[in-house]
Amino acid sequence: MKNSSRRGFMGKAFGAVAGVGAVASLYAMKKSWDPLPSVKAAGFATLDMSGYKENELVTEKWRGKPIFVLKQNEEMLTKAKANPKEMDRLIKIGDSYFMVCVGLCTHLGCIPGYNPDDESFLCACHGGMYDFSGDVTKAPPPRGLDIPPFKIDGNKLVLGEEGPEYKKMLESGTTLKV
Amino acid sequence: MAHFTKATSVKDWLNQRLAVEKVEKVMMSEYWIPKNINFLWAMGMVLVITFTLLLVSGIFLLMYYQPNVNLAFDSVNYTIMREVDFGWLWRHVHGVAASVVFLIIYIHMFTGIYYGSYKKGRELIWISGMLLFVAFSAEAFSGYMLPWGQMSYWAGMVITNLFSGGSLHADGLVEWIRGDYVPAQAFLNRFFMLHVLLVPLAIMGLIGLHFGALRIPHVNNQDGEEIDFDVESKKYLAGDKAGSKVMRFANDFMSKDMMVVGIYLIFFFYLVFFHYDFAMDPVNFDPADGLKTPAHIYPEWYFLWSYEILRPFSTNVGLIAFAFAQVIFVLLPFLDRSPNTVPASRRGLFRIWFWAMLIDMIVLTSMGKVPPSGIFSTIGLYAALTFIGLWIALPFITKMEKKV
Repeated sequence: MKNSSRRGFMGKAFGAVAGVGAVASLYAMKKSWDPLPSVKAAGFATLDMSGYKENELVTEKWRGKPIFVLKQNEEMLTKAKANPKEMDRLIKIGDSYFMVCVGLCTHLGCIPGYNPDDESFLCACHGGMYDFSGDVTKAPPPRGLDIPPFKIDGNKLVLGEEGPEYKKMLESGTTLKV
Repeated sequence: MAHFTKATSVKDWLNQRLAVEKVEKVMMSEYWIPKNINFLWAMGMVLVITFTLLLVSGIFLLMYYQPNVNLAFDSVNYTIMREVDFGWLWRHVHGVAASVVFLIIYIHMFTGIYYGSYKKGRELIWISGMLLFVAFSAEAFSGYMLPWGQMSYWAGMVITNLFSGGSLHADGLVEWIRGDYVPAQAFLNRFFMLHVLLVPLAIMGLIGLHFGALRIPHVNNQDGEEIDFDVESKKYLAGDKAGSKVMRFANDFMSKDMMVVGIYLIFFFYLVFFHYDFAMDPVNFDPADGLKTPAHIYPEWYFLWSYEILRPFSTNVGLIAFAFAQVIFVLLPFLDRSPNTVPASRRGLFRIWFWAMLIDMIVLTSMGKVPPSGIFSTIGLYAALTFIGLWIALPFITKMEKKV
């Protein structure tokens, strides 16, 4: 400071003001691109789980994303019981077991198609495959289909709320947070 | 204040205030171009003309397009295509030019690579050119979102998902880019803004930089010869036009340049009137539906080669390979260690490298278009590995190159 002229000081003072302003405007610009409150508030969906048929894939909608609901049949349950990784992914409501997953490939977000005959999903975009529990069986997807946050409410499933069963899945690493 | 005199003509009036004669000399009549060039040197002007076509047709489309998820599809496919007089013309010019501009960019790029036009003071021309390529890619992608058809939606979904960074799982960043959990109104609006304002501004700025970077090193020539532009231009101005190695930009060079542009425009409007369909994907004539993926998602042809580098690998490796492919061309002037600025045909191993790279990119492009299974998967994988391998080999083979 000792050697700098008054012009130098003015330059530094301006730099400080402009720097604060630039950081503040960057913050405002970042926040302006965030999802709007109305978008976030519309993030819940309630599913009545009594109407689904075994081995028939139904696509519901939650936060604009497709949600796969697949009621498990006897054959799937037998397979799942032998494989805890598959069993952990299923949601028990009453006496029935369901696969409920976000229907977007964990690779790059295409919607995989379901083949009821061999009870598996195939993503046409890059050839990824999943089994009836939504677990990945063929790369490129890095993991099984994500399970949306859910809360079991009697015979109903509320998507967007985090119930104890969902929290357990998060802790055990069965699914990632979506 | 400067001294002004009574003007003797309009030109003199302007000259006193704007130095128009000086500007005309600097930009045109005394901007020197080597004589030893061929038609490939006209691609810059072809690109300027194509960009102008995009700008003009875009202005007309902008007057009827509605950036709203409920209205966008019909505003394009009904209002512009059926109601607006000559609306189809603007749309087809815009669509065809968006596709053809990449063809010319690739020719322009590979011309530069072949003749070594990124070396010895021309590095910044190359770098600004590659930044233009990135900006044009952003412009093409954001524009592709606007008709809000199935391909728009799902390309938007897949490309924005790339920003989750694979295992980094940065969903917050993806949602921030979209302004929603999935591509929706906020997404369409912001990509509309990017397409019609921010990215075009960046492109125009970069074109200025690209041209500016050209002034001091000047245009390269067919033999990579280092020309003394001061000496040669003096020779030309002294009357020895035949003996000089250079000519004026305007009208000497421009006359031939515009001849090429003329031939190009005939080809271009042939496409616009008779083969516009190649630039219009049939899947995009279905309105966007977030609950139905098209059977096979592929980008426009000009992105296929980099898409194919992403595809054969697992997510993380694929993303790294894809990122590598996106930036590696920028580094060309620094990865080429040879001191020679001559055509690839005189550069030994580099000649093989050039043709191998060109063929590999054509193979990648073709494999990107077909479904990812069986033999195509395998060919795609090897072509992607070849691409990476060629770039790794480049510094070594150019280091070994003998000085010519």
